[in-house]
Amino acid sequence: MAEHAPSDEPLLQTPLHAEHVSLGARMVPFAGYAMPVQYPTGILTEHNWTREHAGLFDVSHMGQAFLVAEDKSHETVARALEALIPADVLNLKPNQQRYSQLLAEDGGILDDLMVTRVGAPGHEGWLYLVVNASMKEADYAHIEARLPKSVSLKRKDDLGLMALQGPAAEAVLAKLAPEAAALPFMMSADVQIDGIWCHVSRSGYTGEDGFEISCHGNDAPTLWTRLLADPEVKAIGLGARDSLRLEAGLCLYGHDIDTTTSPIEAGLNWSIQKRRREEGGFPGAERVQREIRDGAARVRVGIRPEGRAPAREGTVITTPDGHEVGLVTSGGFGPTVNGPVAMGYVARDVSAAGTDLHLIVRGKPLPAKVAAMPFAPHRYKR
Amino acid sequence: MTTRYTKDHEYVRVEGDAGIVGISDYAQGQLGDVVFVELPSVGKTLSKGDEAAVVESVKAASEVYAPVSGEVVEVNSALEASPGTVNEDPAGRGWFMKIRLTDPGELDGLMTEEQYQDFVKSIS
Repeated sequence: MAEHAPSDEPLLQTPLHAEHVSLGARMVPFAGYAMPVQYPTGILTEHNWTREHAGLFDVSHMGQAFLVAEDKSHETVARALEALIPADVLNLKPNQQRYSQLLAEDGGILDDLMVTRVGAPGHEGWLYLVVNASMKEADYAHIEARLPKSVSLKRKDDLGLMALQGPAAEAVLAKLAPEAAALPFMMSADVQIDGIWCHVSRSGYTGEDGFEISCHGNDAPTLWTRLLADPEVKAIGLGARDSLRLEAGLCLYGHDIDTTTSPIEAGLNWSIQKRRREEGGFPGAERVQREIRDGAARVRVGIRPEGRAPAREGTVITTPDGHEVGLVTSGGFGPTVNGPVAMGYVARDVSAAGTDLHLIVRGKPLPAKVAAMPFAPHRYKR
Repeated sequence: MTTRYTKDHEYVRVEGDAGIVGISDYAQGQLGDVVFVELPSVGKTLSKGDEAAVVESVKAASEVYAPVSGEVVEVNSALEASPGTVNEDPAGRGWFMKIRLTDPGELDGLMTEEQYQDFVKSIS
């Protein structure tokens, strides 16, 4: 996700726009869409509710698309996408999902995305992609320009997408779609909820257990209302989505990762499987392989300011003796941590957990320490 | 008791030769949950419009400007431990600082309660 400067372009609306308005959401421009930043109870309450119960997020602004191989072969479509991303797509099992990045020739990150091998009958040779709202036009153009003739991109702008996240998410979904509630982390299934077709994956962007649910845009309000009817579920806006993902140590595109950062600098080594590390064959492979071998000159780290003052994006990071070593890329208040948290890039020699640093906030150096991420433990169902 | 407001949503409530400064109920609502407040040092001299304090919500940091010129004679240090007081009671326990006014004439350039409520209606 990345914010866009306000413009005169009319804002797009998700299929759930009327639901947000009727819930009293504060709507703000985000990536060209009018999106709920918070509902009347506010970000702190929404954040804590998601950690303790279940939060429902509208993420319909994100880009959903399919890659389809004409010859109905998984290998054809997997090879086509592997030319653009460093993940192993070939060894995905049907309905398995994986996180990856579209890479530029220099190894910079053009966007991050989710890739799923479609498991529905009759869809062999199909991959399902979810990309960032702010990057979808650029991503689709980039992908289409590089696909072989035998593979095509199908945008699915008519789909809605919502995320149900939190410790109660499983129990809530079990009442509506037991087969979806039984999924392991990063697996997906096509299910019916009250006769509505849904593609459900066990994944999310909060560090909590949970699900992302895709459905036809026309059905999205009915499904949203059905999920919200459970007393364990409350609607959660983008404000809490950001504080939840920051505490979970997850990257936000355009902030923590962009065309100037490589996946290795960003600490995303885990998303590049063994065969791809060894074989390469993706844009920027030479840099990625070199950084895996020798280490990157700078790396993304978690940072805990020692006082109560949050350090925001753009804050300069120095050593205690004043030598500049990096910048904060995301920072704010972590409600679960009950204190300020940040992430940013620092020189490798000051990147070990526990290293003392200073953050220059409003001209004053504030003591801080490199900290292991996530700040709030992940609670995925493996 | 006279209370005056700025277009940046600070208030100053005059008590004798001093003014209690804080942010309006509208401002706290716009900011959302306040998680951090940075207050000036007691003894600091401020000119009208100077950055006097910082208030941070989960989302962002905002400056609080001095609505009047004068010397900071007291600050509400309770906000450091419980910044949420700014949301709960902005006009009361959520005050930021007390300024001894250098020029009470500056108050005439600020909005009255009624003018401020009209101003809020015009922007919301």
